[in-house]
Amino acid sequence: MSAGIGTGLGLTVRGLTTLFDTPRGMALAVADVDLDVGPGEMVGLVGESGSGKSVTLRSIMGLIQTPGHVTGKVEWGGRDLVAMPAEELRRIRGSEIAMIFQEPMTALNPVLPVGLQLEENLVAHTRLNARERRARALELMNIVGIPAAERRLNEYPHQFSGGMRQRAMIAIALACSPKLLLADEPTTALDVTIQDQILKLLLDLRDRLAMSVVLVTHDLGVIAGTCDRMAVMYAGRIVEMGTVIDVFRQPRHPYTRGLLGSVPRAGAVRTMLSSIEGTPPGLTDLPAGCAFHPRCSFATDICRQERPPLQSLGADRKVACFHHDRVAAAEAIL
Amino acid sequence: MSAVPIISVDGVSKQFGVSYSLMRRLAGEPPLAVHALNNVSFEVHRGETLGIVGESGCGKSTLARCLVRLLDPDGGAIRFEGRDISTLRSAERRAFNKRVQMIFQDPYGSLNPRMTVSQVLNEALSVHRMRPKRDIPARIIELLDLVRLPHDAASRHPHEFSGGQRQRIGIARALAVEPDVIVADELVSALDVSVQAQVINLLLRLQEELHLTLIFVAHDLRLVRHISHRVAVMYLGQIMEIGPSEGVFASPRHPYSKALLDAAPELDPTHRSRVVAARGELPSPLNVPPGCPFASRCPHVFDRCRVERPALTKRAPAHSAACHLVDFGAMPSALADAV
Amino acid sequence: MSVAVEKIGLYPRFRRLALPRTLISGAIIIGVSLLIAFFPALFAPYDPIAFDYKALLKGPTLAHPFGTDSFGRDVLSRVIHAYTIDMQIAVFATVGPFIFGTIVGAYVGYAGGLAEAIFGRVVDAVITFPFLVLVIAIVSVLGPGLGNMYVAVGIVGWVFYARLVAAEVKVQKRLDYADAGRVMGYTPMRIVFRHLLPNAITPAIVYWMTDMALAILLGSSLGYLGLGAQPPAAEWGVQIADGKNFMSTAWWISVFPGIAIVITGLGFSLLGDGLAQLMRVRR
Repeated sequence: MSAGIGTGLGLTVRGLTTLFDTPRGMALAVADVDLDVGPGEMVGLVGESGSGKSVTLRSIMGLIQTPGHVTGKVEWGGRDLVAMPAEELRRIRGSEIAMIFQEPMTALNPVLPVGLQLEENLVAHTRLNARERRARALELMNIVGIPAAERRLNEYPHQFSGGMRQRAMIAIALACSPKLLLADEPTTALDVTIQDQILKLLLDLRDRLAMSVVLVTHDLGVIAGTCDRMAVMYAGRIVEMGTVIDVFRQPRHPYTRGLLGSVPRAGAVRTMLSSIEGTPPGLTDLPAGCAFHPRCSFATDICRQERPPLQSLGADRKVACFHHDRVAAAEAIL
Repeated sequence: MSAVPIISVDGVSKQFGVSYSLMRRLAGEPPLAVHALNNVSFEVHRGETLGIVGESGCGKSTLARCLVRLLDPDGGAIRFEGRDISTLRSAERRAFNKRVQMIFQDPYGSLNPRMTVSQVLNEALSVHRMRPKRDIPARIIELLDLVRLPHDAASRHPHEFSGGQRQRIGIARALAVEPDVIVADELVSALDVSVQAQVINLLLRLQEELHLTLIFVAHDLRLVRHISHRVAVMYLGQIMEIGPSEGVFASPRHPYSKALLDAAPELDPTHRSRVVAARGELPSPLNVPPGCPFASRCPHVFDRCRVERPALTKRAPAHSAACHLVDFGAMPSALADAV
Repeated sequence: MSVAVEKIGLYPRFRRLALPRTLISGAIIIGVSLLIAFFPALFAPYDPIAFDYKALLKGPTLAHPFGTDSFGRDVLSRVIHAYTIDMQIAVFATVGPFIFGTIVGAYVGYAGGLAEAIFGRVVDAVITFPFLVLVIAIVSVLGPGLGNMYVAVGIVGWVFYARLVAAEVKVQKRLDYADAGRVMGYTPMRIVFRHLLPNAITPAIVYWMTDMALAILLGSSLGYLGLGAQPPAAEWGVQIADGKNFMSTAWWISVFPGIAIVITGLGFSLLGDGLAQLMRVRR
């Protein structure tokens, strides 16, 4: 997907690397990540805890603070967000690019009414007067499906249920009609029927507002139900990328294959799941070669010595595995 | 599966009081209470896995705690091999807990952080005199093998393990007393997907080897479906549907079960729906509507649902649902028979 | 699998050897203090109660580094001998309250209900009065002297330990491992003392260290008021009282015992901080 490069449309990430200086040594949280998000596209970033998926999102948004350090390029509208002065970045955050978080209770300010927090964003990024702001706030509450908007604007976050809180946070994020929404596990803390509502709301909003969305999640089912393209992360690196249909039909990285096999599915009751042995590595002592090799059933000597590069296979497909042909040829997992 | 149930739950209710505010007292209103369980009845048969699934606030964790007597129900009775467990006193009660064990959700909180793995297992083995003293070290090694932990794990503290390994320690502790029944409350929900699968596989294998009866409580429908012989779907403290796993998931007979099934994210990007599975949100558990608890969200709701609470009635052999729409989700042929 | 375990295991194991710096410095100060307390004669150049009328109120010199007091007694020797009494006060005045308070606190925290309600009223009653006033009142009734001071401090002091332990046990008993103990069929006794208490006692131990410093101050205050250790015994509070009339002319009589109090207090505080760090649970 080359949309966006140089045209000022969409997001182009090149060589994004985030290091954390920890007492145990340098932790490579995100390593050399390339990612393109076209206009109106919904891209999923999937991985387990410590895979670097959330840090990637925060690095794009410029939310990494010391002891963290970000290098690489994040191009948005022809400008590089990483090199941008703080003041300019602040103007883009919340207006052109917005972000929603996993736990709205901590992302919202508990002592301010929701309406006030919504208008705060409008004050910061628009020239609307008080009456216009109120009207816009009501409109946003309706867009995200919060009933009795007039009354609820004056209520505090703790008076909202988990689902409603997440809707309120989305409303705040949408206040200035962003062109890119970064969603960090927005439904992980929610019940499944509420998760379903929120995901479908995000899909609707994407269509209505022509936004691009980057959705970070650990749940492959969420990706399958919503995204156009996906990237799988492991130990800070993207190991596989492609359209959701392609990746699910034929995973080419053993980790993707293992993840897909780990999720129980219909019609295979009480069978053994094809789990991945072991646990993800710590970021301060990654294994040599391919970071996945100690857990990989396809691993050979080369995997222990050399790190496989992320190579392109056709227009929209990338994989970082020496044995992707063998993985692709292996018995279907779904 | 024998005919006599190993555990029978009979009309169990449990309320939690909410602090009685001065305003309510002055207004003469009754104290508020959360009805965590509301007349719940079911049976568990020896050797089976019963899955209990539901969203937060449905009472599944309260039920799990009642089953191992961490909580005492306010009404109804739970019987283990025919004996009401609320009548068991000290030593009897400890003997009951030896046979009915629980594994907890939180891999970080459920182990004493100051005890090594071998101390944890040694305590369980020696308190219940499972083995003579000199055989305990060998038994600890056996238990570690059973849950696939390395032998050198014995001398380590919980903080030295990952979440999945801690859950294995919790399982080993429960198995140390050689129980008949294990209640697993959200056993894997705190774990990464790949590690979840390891623990689920372990549980399936252990159940085969040790002929355990398993009560698997979880919010993840995909996991419950995968591991259970029978499933109970709970909502707001009540069982909405209970039946064999294939039956409930292939043709749910309650609109809530269907909504839950539709909302669960499946691994098939080719079948996408933009229709919301269930609108609205859980009503406040302080203020449960008089009719069907799901009425406010049900797409098939009609007048009767709002006034009369449907009872759990039979739909098929060993399959019951609590819905006024008796034919909901029935196979076309059955529907034809009914008409 | 085992590879992963080893990697996870290695680091904390290594760190366990590194003791907190505060702990080391605190332990050195208290260790030396105890050594002096047990063998004061080894360190003191003179007899602490021997009068020397030829050297009254002499400032610090090579012969008397801390000077002499109004009876010509060597201040250094008196400060050194006072360690015996003051360290004894630190331990005796606190060990009883610590043990009793911990047991009561563990029971109250675990049982809750009526026991907690009653205990709450006891706490209210005790903290309404200033600690020192209460102790002075009890000592006045029982009569002056160290033994009665221990009794007085014990009657009041256990409440603070019990309150700390009860609060912590109340937190710990809600955690899953306590429920796990119940489900394992362990007796409440075992759950409280084998499982909850080791995880709940850290604040009480840290407070104990501070309390020892406070006990020395209290002992000195009572000594100063004439209600604790009795003259001519060497005790820091008594010494400071001895010097109070000579502050402008012979500051050394009061200042050196004061410095000893500060250093010992600092030692206990450092030890407490260090222990807190050492006993912090890694999760």
